[in-house]
Amino acid sequence: MSKRARLGKRITFVVGVILAFAYVFPFFLVFVNSLKLKYDILENPLSIPVSITWDNFQQALEKMNFFRSLTNSIIITVLSVSLLIFFSSMLAYYLARTKKKHTKYIFMILVTSMIVPFQALMIPFMARFAPFVSWNNRGALIFFYIGFGTALSTFLYHGFISNIPTEIDEAASIDGASDLTAFWKIIFPMMRPITATVSIINALWIWNDFLLPRLVLTDESQTLPLSTYLFYGQYSIEYGQAMAGLVLAVIPIVIFYLVLQKQFISGISQGAVK
Amino acid sequence: MASKRTAKKFLQFSFLPLAIFTIVLIVPFVNGVYYTFTDWDGFEATKLVGFDNYIKSFQDPTFWATLRFTALFVVVSMVAVNAVAFGLALIVTSKLRSRNILRTFFFVPNLIGGVVLGVIWQFIFNSALVSIANKYDWELFKESWLNDTNKAFWALIIVTVWQSSGYMMIVYITGLISIEQDVLEASQIDGASPARTLFTIKIPLMAQAFTIALFLTLRGGFMAYDVNLALTGGGPFRETELISMHIFQDAFANGNFGTGQSKAVVMFIVVALAALVQVTVSKRYEVQR
Repeated sequence: MSKRARLGKRITFVVGVILAFAYVFPFFLVFVNSLKLKYDILENPLSIPVSITWDNFQQALEKMNFFRSLTNSIIITVLSVSLLIFFSSMLAYYLARTKKKHTKYIFMILVTSMIVPFQALMIPFMARFAPFVSWNNRGALIFFYIGFGTALSTFLYHGFISNIPTEIDEAASIDGASDLTAFWKIIFPMMRPITATVSIINALWIWNDFLLPRLVLTDESQTLPLSTYLFYGQYSIEYGQAMAGLVLAVIPIVIFYLVLQKQFISGISQGAVK
Repeated sequence: MASKRTAKKFLQFSFLPLAIFTIVLIVPFVNGVYYTFTDWDGFEATKLVGFDNYIKSFQDPTFWATLRFTALFVVVSMVAVNAVAFGLALIVTSKLRSRNILRTFFFVPNLIGGVVLGVIWQFIFNSALVSIANKYDWELFKESWLNDTNKAFWALIIVTVWQSSGYMMIVYITGLISIEQDVLEASQIDGASPARTLFTIKIPLMAQAFTIALFLTLRGGFMAYDVNLALTGGGPFRETELISMHIFQDAFANGNFGTGQSKAVVMFIVVALAALVQVTVSKRYEVQR
């Protein structure tokens, strides 16, 4: 390696490290201050805690109903993502394999709908669905996520199915398999990579979504982003507790990411390029 | 026989998802557009009123202020997010041994919802920086940035860049590694400098990644709500309200459903046109392979 290339590499490294530091520093700041007493935070937010207190966490866990919100978030995300996979994979299979005029139009409508911002729908949406929401707000939310997520998920599956040779379907059909059996027994298992992509993209969106749950959910059914926001608003004077609440809100998804990092990165790059 | 089987297939495979899609998206959309031409008050519409709601919306000076602020935000955040994200992608696709761990760090803010990020940065701007600045006599941060409209704008940009550059970085990484190695080797043998290779070979060959990333940031910029709410809350004096928050306030806080929905339709048209222009222009730079 030439001298110049080595210098270039060293500069890249230094810039990279400085940037990485800048990217995680806010989290570090929040974590450090969640361990401090109120007075120490205002005195110097940068200092390492002198005496570590876990009291803030105890208070935050209780006041933001952490475990209840976590359970809500998990239930809503898991159910919505599973149903989205179930419905959109079948729809995409139908649209990709049936070469007719109507399937082309349906696919075009789905793709175009992705440009519609939720804000353009939310007002008539809330007026129209108020009875459904007050009957079962968690169920309604999952139903809405399926509706809003169908377009992108179907689009991703569609791209993948187009690359699966139709001979496979034909072979299954000759062997006497019905359309549904052929799809679930043969095609669906072949789509595992794109299923991973669809799950991760939708899970990230639904887990972190705020506006729709804010409009739909009640106090008992709050998800994690909602309870964090409300908790911070209520106790913003109690910085230590607020910081502990933020740490709690961040931990589950970061753990999930560290475990499934490879899938996250490949999922996003596939989802974006399609 | 054949038609019976296709009809059955349609019902089995696509009826439910299409029904849900129609109920959740198409019906409210059509409804929403229709309502803007009536005297709809959130409950019922008694008569058609033509373009009254649109006229009223555009007579509202705060709506114009919001549109200007949003346009500025979209343009600046698009440039900033993509410039930073492309830089990050270059760093993590270089031959550094630490590139994977760096990539992990850059991506983390993206995992976390805008509300939580906004709240974290509210603490940083309102408390942490102010207290440090007072201690070390650092003029720039003595007064919280969120109390000043111009500085609050830059605070929004900083948080947005921090949040979305990791995601766009992945898009650019995908573009960078899709470039064939032999093309790069050829340019190296011809003695092209790294900068020359970057601008005349890498960027043109990965133009598709720019099309996608620019589209995503454009859309994200128009739809930004969470960070706006949690960081500035629209303040000071509703001067940092982006279009989403403005619509939300108009409809749900002030009960102006007619104008709120007309503004939402205007937003949809603006987003669609801007995206159309951006994608058409970007596509022109893509190299066919």
